[in-house]
Amino acid sequence: MASNTATTEAVVDNHAHPTDAMFIRTAVILAVITAVEVAWSYLPWGDSFAMHAAEVGGLLIMMAFKFVIVANVFMHLKFDKKLLTGIFYGGIILAVSVYVATLATFQFFSGSDLPYVK
Amino acid sequence: MTDIAANPTAVHDTDHHDDHGHVTATGITNEKLAMWGFLGSECLLFGGLISTFLLYKTRSDGGQTPHDLYDIAFTSISSFVLLMSSLTMVLAVTAIARGDQRALRTWLVTTALLGSIFISGQVYEFTEFLNEGYGYTHSPAWSAFYTLTGFHGVHVTLGILMLLSLIGLSFKGHIPTKRAEAVEIVGLYWHFVDVVWILIFTVVYLIK
Repeated sequence: MASNTATTEAVVDNHAHPTDAMFIRTAVILAVITAVEVAWSYLPWGDSFAMHAAEVGGLLIMMAFKFVIVANVFMHLKFDKKLLTGIFYGGIILAVSVYVATLATFQFFSGSDLPYVK
Repeated sequence: MTDIAANPTAVHDTDHHDDHGHVTATGITNEKLAMWGFLGSECLLFGGLISTFLLYKTRSDGGQTPHDLYDIAFTSISSFVLLMSSLTMVLAVTAIARGDQRALRTWLVTTALLGSIFISGQVYEFTEFLNEGYGYTHSPAWSAFYTLTGFHGVHVTLGILMLLSLIGLSFKGHIPTKRAEAVEIVGLYWHFVDVVWILIFTVVYLIK
C-alpha cells in the first residue's frame, strides 16, 4: 500500500495537471484575442506598405498565439511527452516551409500580379 | 490513496497504465501516437489548400472575389462558437478522467451542438454566396474558397459523428474511466479542427 502511494505520488509529481479553471481562463483569453483580431481588421490602416505590413503582421502574430495556446493547453502538448510536440510542430514547420517556398515560386510575395497563376 | 481522490487526473494516469499493460518504446500508446502522426500529416493537407486559396483568391473572372462578400461579423460569431467547443471538449476529457459519466455526456453533447451550429453557419454562408451567383465553378477564386472551407466543414462533420459515437458508447457503459484515452483521442482531432479554423479565419477572412 505504501509502495502504491509512493508510486502514485511520483506520477503526480512528474506531470503538471491542468484544471478546469485553467481551461476556462484559456478559453476567455482566446475569445479576447479573437475580438481584438476582428477589431484590428476593421481599423483604417491606409494603403502604405508599412501600414499594410503592420495590419497583416499583427493578425498573423495573434493567429500564431491562438494556435500555440490551443495546441499547448487544450491539446495537452504542454503536459504530455515531448515527442508529441516534436511530431506536431515538426509537421507544422514542414508544411509552412514547403508552402512558403511554393508561394515564393509563384512570386506571391513580390507584390506583382502573380504572372504564373492563370 | 488520498492523493488520488484529491486529484482525479491522477486516477486517469494510473488507470491509463493499467488499461494499456504493455509499455511502448515511446511511453505513448500506439493509438495516441497514430492520431498525432495523422494530425501532423493533416497540416500538409490544409497547408496545400490554404496556399492554393492564397494564389487564386483574386482570380474571380471579372466578378466579385470571396472577400468582397464575406460577412465578418457573422463569421466571427461562428469562430467564437468553434473556439468554445474546444473548451467543452476539454471539459469532457477531464470529466471522464474523474469518472463522471454524466458530466462527460453533457460536455460531449454540448460540443456536438456547438459544432453543429458552426456547420449550420457555414451552410448558411455557402447558400448566401450561391444566391449571389457565385458557385463552385464560377472562377478559380471561388473554387479555391469552397474547397478549403468545404474540406474544413467535412472535418468538423466527421468530428461531430465521432462525438455522437462517444455519446452512444457512454450510454451503453462502454467508456469506463480506464478507457478515457478514447475520449482524449477524439478530443485531439476536435482541437485540431479548431486550430485549422484559427488559421483559416485569419488568413482567408481577416487578411484582405
